[in-house]
Amino acid sequence: MAALSGAHASGGGIAWDKFPEEKSTDVAALQSGAKTFVNYCLNCHNAAFMRYNRLRDIDLTEAQIKSNLMFATDKVGDTMKVSLDPKNAKDWLGAVPPDLTLIARSRSGSQGSGADYLYTFLRTFYRDQTKPTGWNNLAYPNAAMPHVLWQWQGQRAAKFVEEKDPHDESRTIHKFEGFETLTKGTMPQQEFDDSIANLVAYLNWMGEPAQGTRTRLGVWVLLFLSVFIVIAWRLNASFWKDIK
Amino acid sequence: MATFKEAPADASAAQKLMTWVDNRFPATQLYNEHLAEYYAPKNFNFWYFFGSLALLVLVIQIVTGIFLVMHYKPDAAVAFASVEYIMRDVPWGWLIRYMHSTGASAFFVVVYMHMFRGMIYGSYRKPRELVWLFGCAIFLCLMAEAFMGYLLPWGQMSYWGAQVIVNLFSAIPFIGPDLSLLIRGDYVVSDATLNRFFSFHVIAVPLVLLGLVVAHIIALHEVGSNNPDGVEIKAKKNAEGRPLDGIPFHPYYTVHDVLGVSVFLLIFSAIVFFAPELGGYFLEANNFIPADSMKTPLHIAPVWYFTPYYSVLRAITSEMMYVLMAIVVAGAALAVLKIRMSGLLKAVVLGAAAVVVLLMMSIDAKFWGVVGMGGAVVILFFLPWLDHSEVKSIRYRPDWHKYFYALFVINFFMLGYLGVQPVSPLGERLSQIGTVIYFGFFLLMPWWSRLGTFKIVPDRVTFAPH
Repeated sequence: MAALSGAHASGGGIAWDKFPEEKSTDVAALQSGAKTFVNYCLNCHNAAFMRYNRLRDIDLTEAQIKSNLMFATDKVGDTMKVSLDPKNAKDWLGAVPPDLTLIARSRSGSQGSGADYLYTFLRTFYRDQTKPTGWNNLAYPNAAMPHVLWQWQGQRAAKFVEEKDPHDESRTIHKFEGFETLTKGTMPQQEFDDSIANLVAYLNWMGEPAQGTRTRLGVWVLLFLSVFIVIAWRLNASFWKDIK
Repeated sequence: MATFKEAPADASAAQKLMTWVDNRFPATQLYNEHLAEYYAPKNFNFWYFFGSLALLVLVIQIVTGIFLVMHYKPDAAVAFASVEYIMRDVPWGWLIRYMHSTGASAFFVVVYMHMFRGMIYGSYRKPRELVWLFGCAIFLCLMAEAFMGYLLPWGQMSYWGAQVIVNLFSAIPFIGPDLSLLIRGDYVVSDATLNRFFSFHVIAVPLVLLGLVVAHIIALHEVGSNNPDGVEIKAKKNAEGRPLDGIPFHPYYTVHDVLGVSVFLLIFSAIVFFAPELGGYFLEANNFIPADSMKTPLHIAPVWYFTPYYSVLRAITSEMMYVLMAIVVAGAALAVLKIRMSGLLKAVVLGAAAVVVLLMMSIDAKFWGVVGMGGAVVILFFLPWLDHSEVKSIRYRPDWHKYFYALFVINFFMLGYLGVQPVSPLGERLSQIGTVIYFGFFLLMPWWSRLGTFKIVPDRVTFAPH
């Protein structure tokens, strides 16, 4: 069986950067991420379990959703499916683009959360003429995905040095040394990183829209149970003082 | 037919109702026998919470399960989507789902603690062997239930984990391939498998589990509970025939268990509300990808509660078979030399050993891995007859016995940890050693449990009023 990975980049990749967690609760960031998502990602990728009207949870009104964020359908209760035929996708890109609804949850690993992975992945594309799309990626070597947001980031090449494999002296590995800018993008690096962070925050939210409710409710539940434990403990003690 | 009892004329409506019921169903009698007048030892400690917690988790799983089944679709094409539907579109569906997934893991934590209590206090010893046997059967059913439930979300790990484990059955000689076909309903894990696992997980196994739990409790109540000192409280009774060291289960242990339940729910809720995935151990990252028969994950591992047994399975390689053959031969030789038995029996033992070694040489290690994995669970059934210690409870055993039990626990954790890791040369060696320690602990118990200077078991339980 071909050992294609589900959750991990094939053949490893660089260490993951940390996704700025504070973006997860920033509604403006989530909305900006939603905008990037429907404009740039939903052409090839599906988000088949995400309904457009769920975007109300990030403070968008139905009118805003209908007029700005829906291109593939006109029913706000529909799911974010696109019409890219998987057969065509395989022909054009080499692989079927995975569904993105749960991408953040499915990519967590020992190196960090799924959001960390996505934040690293979306920012480490580089030009590689040996690949069919002309792009390669540091976090997911030999990814079939091209650098969709190249106009924002600009085009970069990656510099590698040959080094002895620390685990096996007889082998050499290519160690990433740095990027070299080939053409400039429309955004300076910080702005690009921020836009990607917004997009990843949105992807993270889309994976589990109930997150916010879950943690908010959890605080009350634990508070209640803590008080209840004290009551149960004293009630137990009051019965058991009879036992000699 | 028993004579009808009449309630006195001035009885309240409630009393009259209970009299009507009691004349037709032993309600008050059952209440008294199993709650208000079931005398349990007064010296229960922390380890005695887990029985009632296991019952609580069973109820949580059944109730959350009922609500999940209202929305879940057991069809390979839509199963994954139906789970996401529950998580997103069903009001509070996410909470029900997380309670069920956390409950599954919580069930095993609680049951392992419950079993450990039984091991250290000798709760499986005469006259409680049947309580233990029902318990082991519950454990087996629980493992089957969890295994089948895990296929239902139809994620990558669900599919491939099931594929790996069901394929193991095909290693059984003669009947293996047909057995695997029967389990799967197809030549590979597919929609047919999903449907029959759904049926077993939702109805067949829960019914059996409920029956076994009832039997487990009835068997316990018939002989009475053990306690941390291993003292039989029924030996010393007062004038009314009540054990001196016994207290009515209700209200003392009902209120005690409420405390246990509240602490459990605190930990349970902390996980459900703040870390339902628990770092990928309770909900694995790979399972958020729909099952794809064309893509094998890099790393297929069972859920954490199966990993000790998975380690045993992986430890039994062709290389290990030689070690095992040597152990069988050595074991037979020792038995014949050290144990008093008739000449005929000695011949039988040696003959059986020869047959076993022959089979070990001719059948693939994969089959023996399955035997080892199953054997690691089945050996628990024999514990009442393997333990030849003079005393029930670890409190009165020689001190070094405690170290043996500690070694067993550490070894079990090590096997569990190794089961989560990918295969490695060091890991393989360690799990092989761990397997030998695990089986050695049980198989040599008839011998080592008798050694050492035992302490005097008191007449009455040790209890400090509080």
